[in-house]
Amino acid sequence: MGKIWPRRIRRRQALGALVASAALVLAGCGAGGRPAEGTSGGSGGGTTTGLTADTVKVGAHFPLTGVAAPGYSEIPTGTKAYFDWVNAKGGVNGRKIEYVVRDDAYNPTQTSQVVNQLVLQDQVFAVMGGLGTPTHSAVLDFLNGEGVPDLLVSSGSRLWDQPEKYPQTFGFQPDYEIEAKILAQYVAQNFPQAKVGLFLQGDDVGVDAEAGARRYLEKQIVAVQRYTPGNTDIAPQVSALQAAGADLVIGFNVPSYTALSQLQGLRLNYKPQWVYSNIGSDASLVGSLLARFSQGSVTDAGLLDGAITDSYFATVDMPDDPWTKQFDAIWKANGIGGELTNYRIFGMTQAYTFVQALQAAGPNPTREGLVAAVEKTGTSLQGPWAAPYRFSADRHAGLSGVRVTKIVGTGQQPLTGVMVTDNGDVPVTPYTAPEAIPPADGIPQQPAAG
Amino acid sequence: MAAPANSPTRSDAAETVEDATGPGRFGRLRRWLPKSVLGRHALLALVGLVVLVLVLEATPPFANSQFATMSYYAIAAAGLTVLTGLNGQISLGHGALMAVGAYTTGLLLTPDGLPLVVVMVIAAVVTALVGVVVGAAASRLHGPYLAGATLAFAIAVPGLAIYFHDFLGGEQGMQITAPRPPAWFSDAVYFLSANETSGVKFLAYVGWVTALLVLLLLANLCSSRVGRVWRAVRDDEVAAELAGIKLGRVRVLAFTVSAACAGLAGAVLGVVVRLAAPSGFTIVLSIGLLTAVVVGGLGSLTGALLGSALLVFLPPAITDVGTSIGLDDVQAAQLAPLVYGAVLVLVMLLAPSGAVGIAKRLVPGFGRGRGLRGRSSRDHHSTRRS
Repeated sequence: MGKIWPRRIRRRQALGALVASAALVLAGCGAGGRPAEGTSGGSGGGTTTGLTADTVKVGAHFPLTGVAAPGYSEIPTGTKAYFDWVNAKGGVNGRKIEYVVRDDAYNPTQTSQVVNQLVLQDQVFAVMGGLGTPTHSAVLDFLNGEGVPDLLVSSGSRLWDQPEKYPQTFGFQPDYEIEAKILAQYVAQNFPQAKVGLFLQGDDVGVDAEAGARRYLEKQIVAVQRYTPGNTDIAPQVSALQAAGADLVIGFNVPSYTALSQLQGLRLNYKPQWVYSNIGSDASLVGSLLARFSQGSVTDAGLLDGAITDSYFATVDMPDDPWTKQFDAIWKANGIGGELTNYRIFGMTQAYTFVQALQAAGPNPTREGLVAAVEKTGTSLQGPWAAPYRFSADRHAGLSGVRVTKIVGTGQQPLTGVMVTDNGDVPVTPYTAPEAIPPADGIPQQPAAG
Repeated sequence: MAAPANSPTRSDAAETVEDATGPGRFGRLRRWLPKSVLGRHALLALVGLVVLVLVLEATPPFANSQFATMSYYAIAAAGLTVLTGLNGQISLGHGALMAVGAYTTGLLLTPDGLPLVVVMVIAAVVTALVGVVVGAAASRLHGPYLAGATLAFAIAVPGLAIYFHDFLGGEQGMQITAPRPPAWFSDAVYFLSANETSGVKFLAYVGWVTALLVLLLLANLCSSRVGRVWRAVRDDEVAAELAGIKLGRVRVLAFTVSAACAGLAGAVLGVVVRLAAPSGFTIVLSIGLLTAVVVGGLGSLTGALLGSALLVFLPPAITDVGTSIGLDDVQAAQLAPLVYGAVLVLVMLLAPSGAVGIAKRLVPGFGRGRGLRGRSSRDHHSTRRS
């Protein structure tokens, strides 16, 4: 082949062709310079990326694989079941909700990749419920830079409440500081003689929780111990609490460290009154972790019986609660099989709030309109949660209160009514408004916020 | 028969043989290339730059972001492939070295502070210094012991960020403000392509210009005396020592160069991800880099590029396939690590010399004397036998 031309000529031809085609390509796509300002047309009505006449696309990042997946990977299944339920009944203002979940394996590097994918490729209208403090921190800047509404972040960090810096981002859970304040006030009132030890995760969770606890227990705290997430040897911390004579320990930790602290307590014959934050107290998850960590010698969550914790929405151990009933029906109709769990209720609760926000944004929502609607209606939204959100133009903090409870078996018994407070020196007060009742078909009817 | 690439007379001879016997396309291609190694590599880097502009301007924003991600994997994998493939040292600690680069960037990069380029250079230098220390400790170790020592390093470093949480941000990490494209840059891109430069695309440019620069420098280093010395140490320590090579010093140097690349990669990762957090630099990252190097073809810079492309583009593609065949989100997400593992096993079983090895077997003459590549050990051994 190719023996027609001597090699030299072929070479020249090829080079010439290469240069010519490169020049053509450059000339073809080149602009040469910017057109004068003001020629770019814009409808001026706000951004509607991810929105069509009959669909609205919502994205989320969750750990679906890896160490954080057990438990947390169930949250989006609940969210999806609820959205399917709403879609089956006609959607929101005629729009079906398309829910796209992407796996970040709880690795911030991966979070930034999948959120890029959600925003740039999937072109979601909003991101909702993204889970984790380090993971979501990695995309805060990006989402706010791109103007994507970033609602109901699944983490109790206070990072999400910075409306000046991050106008698109809103929290969801009660943050660790107010949760600690409410628990600490309960302890101060009901165990005034107790010597209190704090068992804290060595990051912002622990910092915020300690700040909250010290507002009511400054005089009672005898020891503060921190653990490093990932290091499973917590014998030094638990022994130090025992040595300091703490007879009541407040733990702000994730479920695996609830199990580890219980086992370590058993080993040291240390039996203080345990108080765990909501994030660390899912009794059925802790029970299965206990069984695994103790290689079968502890088989259920019986150890946790009598421990004090708190809750902020209906849970599966309250089968008579109207919201639990409603969510159970939704799960049976649209779930992917398996039991309804608290994680799934968590996801449905977020989905419920999102539907309310979308309704409040009116029949022709825009990204800007959705954020404005959340700011306008935030404190008045009614739903499965115990205490209202703190959303306003100046605040983007999540739920404002919790109910202190006692763990009995795998369920919880309320010890107080719902208590609400806020960050800083705002006092803890009882929340007196009546509990919200689920609407007839489980779908909220939020009027558009004028 | 494989002649050293940098000896012009002998490679010309090899090419004539090729022309007479086989397709010899690559041989003819090579005649166009400049005779000097540096010139050839610089030309390839220039071609790379043109391809880069064309690709980034022609692809949608999400692909741009994937290329940005690929760039830091490529930089780190190139550094690692030089260390492992050329000098014969294994490292499971490159993820931690990237963390050093990312945290340095996070500490130094402020909106009104040092320019990005300066910060990146400082990150590379700081990581190189860490590399000297680790390399010195590692230079006496071999095989599994070296793997163990670098593994310990990989596990210890993220712990430091948690221990000094006031300074390094602890578990939730340190946010890094991604630099916005400077006006002259967006204007230049607009001039060429009529496209606006998004933040994502700018980061892809930053990452890839850095990557091309690193590949150029590494390719030159590999075909220089330094590269030959590294290969000599890898292949036969006793012979190398008899030839007057100081083993320890050579190993530390190789580790330092490799660490500098990892530091630069960490700096790019920092600005692309906009965060330096311990959970981003787990052992999974180090192993991922090693996977890229092995799947691509050990010791080959082209292989490092291919391997890092696999790391970035395979998982989302698999997940999309999973979703489209009707799996739910969790199952689709679990499919990616499964396929990824299967690919790795298959490569080990069927093509231990990686993608570049396969290409070489399929296309005679592939990669011979092409600058952006060190020679694999197979090449080298055949040289020794002939």
